[in-house]
Amino acid sequence: MSGTDNFESVVKERRTEAVAEFHEDKTLIKRFQHALHTTPALVPMIVLIVSIILFGLLIGNRFFSAGSLTLILQQVQLVGIVAAAQTLVILTAGIDLSVGAITVLSSVIMGQFVFRYGLPVPLAILCGLGVGGILGSLNGWLVAVMKLPPFIVTLGTWQIILATNFLYSANETIRSQEIQAEAPLLQFFANTFKIGADENGRGGATFTYGVIFMILLVIVLAYALRQTAWGRHVYAVGDDPDAAQLSGVNVRGTLISVYALSGLICAFAGWALIGRIGSVSPTSGAELNIQSITAVVIGGISLFGGRGSIVGALFGALIVGVFSLGLRLLGADAQWTFFFIGVLIIVAVAVDQWIRKVAA
Amino acid sequence: MAVEPILKGRGLVKRYGKVVALDNCDFDLYPGEILAVIGDNGAGKSTLIKAISGAVVPDEGEIFLEGRKVQFTKPTEARAAGIETVYQTLAMSPALSIADNMFMGRELRKPGVLGSVFRQLDRPRMEKFAREKLTELGLMTIQNINQAVETLSGGQRQGVAVARAAAFGSKVIILDEPTAALGVKESRRVLELILDVKSRGIPIILISHNMPHVFEVADRIHVHRLGRRLCVIRPQNHTMSDAVAYMTGARVPDTEFETA
Repeated sequence: MSGTDNFESVVKERRTEAVAEFHEDKTLIKRFQHALHTTPALVPMIVLIVSIILFGLLIGNRFFSAGSLTLILQQVQLVGIVAAAQTLVILTAGIDLSVGAITVLSSVIMGQFVFRYGLPVPLAILCGLGVGGILGSLNGWLVAVMKLPPFIVTLGTWQIILATNFLYSANETIRSQEIQAEAPLLQFFANTFKIGADENGRGGATFTYGVIFMILLVIVLAYALRQTAWGRHVYAVGDDPDAAQLSGVNVRGTLISVYALSGLICAFAGWALIGRIGSVSPTSGAELNIQSITAVVIGGISLFGGRGSIVGALFGALIVGVFSLGLRLLGADAQWTFFFIGVLIIVAVAVDQWIRKVAA
Repeated sequence: MAVEPILKGRGLVKRYGKVVALDNCDFDLYPGEILAVIGDNGAGKSTLIKAISGAVVPDEGEIFLEGRKVQFTKPTEARAAGIETVYQTLAMSPALSIADNMFMGRELRKPGVLGSVFRQLDRPRMEKFAREKLTELGLMTIQNINQAVETLSGGQRQGVAVARAAAFGSKVIILDEPTAALGVKESRRVLELILDVKSRGIPIILISHNMPHVFEVADRIHVHRLGRRLCVIRPQNHTMSDAVAYMTGARVPDTEFETA
């Protein structure tokens, strides 16, 4: 230590002292902010519960019944499934604008392979799922290997896939009755089971297989994201890809797997779409893009990646469903639904920014 | 010196277009020592370190670890060989917990079906290990191993990064500017951490611009200039002004190596 005036010797001696201490501010707001930081799905959960109670009070039994509440589930099943796919991509700080297009093309392929080529139904369904996975992998390859921005990539593939969808299907709809008669498996997700219905099969809670699939999907993905290394890598890649790379995460592989899985889930959504609308229509599902992103954002998942939980996206989809059914039962103009959803989106992003301040 | 270097670089060359970042550079790290690498900005320190840690593949030259030739094409390969690097950016995911970050890329899975089929992480084991490593290095101020890294102070983050490297780096630990972003008190803590790690017998490569810190902890100082090793000096025989003079080219060292 030649040539210094030992300016650091003062701190050198006090070795036992803590490097930094936390004087935690225990005000209610701070604690709430901290709770949100650790459990980001809390906000949409509260909003969901509050809005159910609110509409329940305003409308009464017509809304607050097992039938109406499970109707909401049926109405959001598609958005819920696609939002699960969208969540994975957004967690990696990307965005997938092609979800709606992949959903529709997959459903068209499942239908046309049966009715145009006479393939066995299970094989046609497998083909549809395969195409979804391949298209997702294509997105992933363009994003991870070619290093193109996800927004641009999926903006492009959205147009390409949608155009392919119309060209291939020749804009032709396969009618519900035909499917019912010849390939009922395509409508598999429309099967229902009821709890608490009367002997005429009316009232009570009605669950379609699509709803069950949506809930199981969210549970499985929530497990994968929290409890497996792959899930941790998805978060790490979204948080800071360079840091993830340096700490030994296979960033490229993780990204491709996420986009591929997103495509596959969308293909399942395409199958569920046939169940939902009964027919195979190349013009359906157009609004799934915006709806899925809306659900994800309201669900408290950060568009900047690495933050949020998939359960939040399900809550986000349900909030939209509660608002649209509630407002309709109130007899309000449908535009009010969009009005409130717009407000919710902005509030959700503001809350996200506020939660991030915990770090600062 | 009779001892074989644990890590040896010979004739390393790396070009970026027309720029020669490493110009036939040699490098030696001996067991159990702290070797500081100093050099002006643009001298090629970072490229040298990246070549050793696998982040950059040198165009020419050879690297030997414990006498065996190694070729790293990815940081993970260097890690697998026992070379851990603490990057200046720390390479941590701010939103994830301390335990998650320590095990990033080498997670432990539960034994049995839960781990092999359901791929479930063994959180209790990872948390226990992380807590032990932090305690070993005296980072007891961190209370909750599950708190997000972004809620830690700069010194604590550095501490976690060093603990991660120390926990897994079996042969060599590389520290890139570990005190650059820290206050006086926190730097002090990190320097103690470095000496702690050294006392476990793991050799350390320390890249730093901070001459007092370098002269305090380093056993030898590798002065890097214009893409190559200018000389290796022992801090007790030189002043900080000498070192700065060598690395900026104001003075030419008498010998390339000092033995005493």
